[in-house]
Amino acid sequence: MAATVKYDEVEVGQEIPPVDYPVRRINLIQYAGASGDFNPIHWNERFAKQVGLPDVIAHGMYTMAQGGRFITDWVGDPGAVLDYGVRFSSMVVVPDTDEGTTITVSGVVESKLEDNKVVIAITAKSGGNRVLSKARAVVRLA
Amino acid sequence: MALNRDFIGRSYPAPEPYEVSRVKIKEFALAIGDENPIYLNREAARAAGHPDVVAPPTFPIVFTLTGASEALADPEFGLNFAMVVHGEQRFEYRRPIYAGDVLNHTSTIMDIRSVGRNEFVTVRSDVTTLDGELVCTTYNTIVERGGAA
Repeated sequence: MAATVKYDEVEVGQEIPPVDYPVRRINLIQYAGASGDFNPIHWNERFAKQVGLPDVIAHGMYTMAQGGRFITDWVGDPGAVLDYGVRFSSMVVVPDTDEGTTITVSGVVESKLEDNKVVIAITAKSGGNRVLSKARAVVRLA
Repeated sequence: MALNRDFIGRSYPAPEPYEVSRVKIKEFALAIGDENPIYLNREAARAAGHPDVVAPPTFPIVFTLTGASEALADPEFGLNFAMVVHGEQRFEYRRPIYAGDVLNHTSTIMDIRSVGRNEFVTVRSDVTTLDGELVCTTYNTIVERGGAA
């Protein structure tokens, strides 16, 4: 494995700088196709509003994937992710505009475990709301 | 309408193994906007110490719900799909998933509970090779809004 971050150089409490991930309707359509999740709340505004949602919302798994991308980009190797779990605490509403919306992901090293493993606490926000809660990844560093 | 608690503990083997391909990993990686070469290029993956391209951490969502979807769609279960949102998700890895893997999985309904007006259903899927080696375990909690009202 080729994690580029070294366990010995990481401290508990260390912050991983935030990254902005843009989300537009086209991203949700592409994600629907790749994942096979064609629930119309993720692409059909009329249907979303009929079932009481404010607008089309992103797949929770799309948001989770942005958190995963944040972690794998930091650690340097997607194979270093041992555990990744989230709670979807708020919806990512994606308006039908050219700019769509943004998911901002940041992280902090929460604890260091044996065997070069660390726990990263992840924060993801969109539209002023925390969209993931209890988001944690366990990764093995170099 | 409350969901049928008789379904707790029921297990559903996937109808057939899932063959992980480079093409599908690339399609999924591009759909999440991630152009990490370890997802897209076998040589880059090998240079990083992997036998082939690696699947992104959330990739198993593509195939792990096929087993349980049969149960969730059973009219006796009582789920209204139009009201379903995703509550929680977790992936626990023994090793990365690679292109070329042929994977079985069995999904088990672990828990059904009411929280306020909503129903929460947690499904665990154990993903294994054809030889039975555990590769990863996924935990998927869906929420039926208003289901407990």
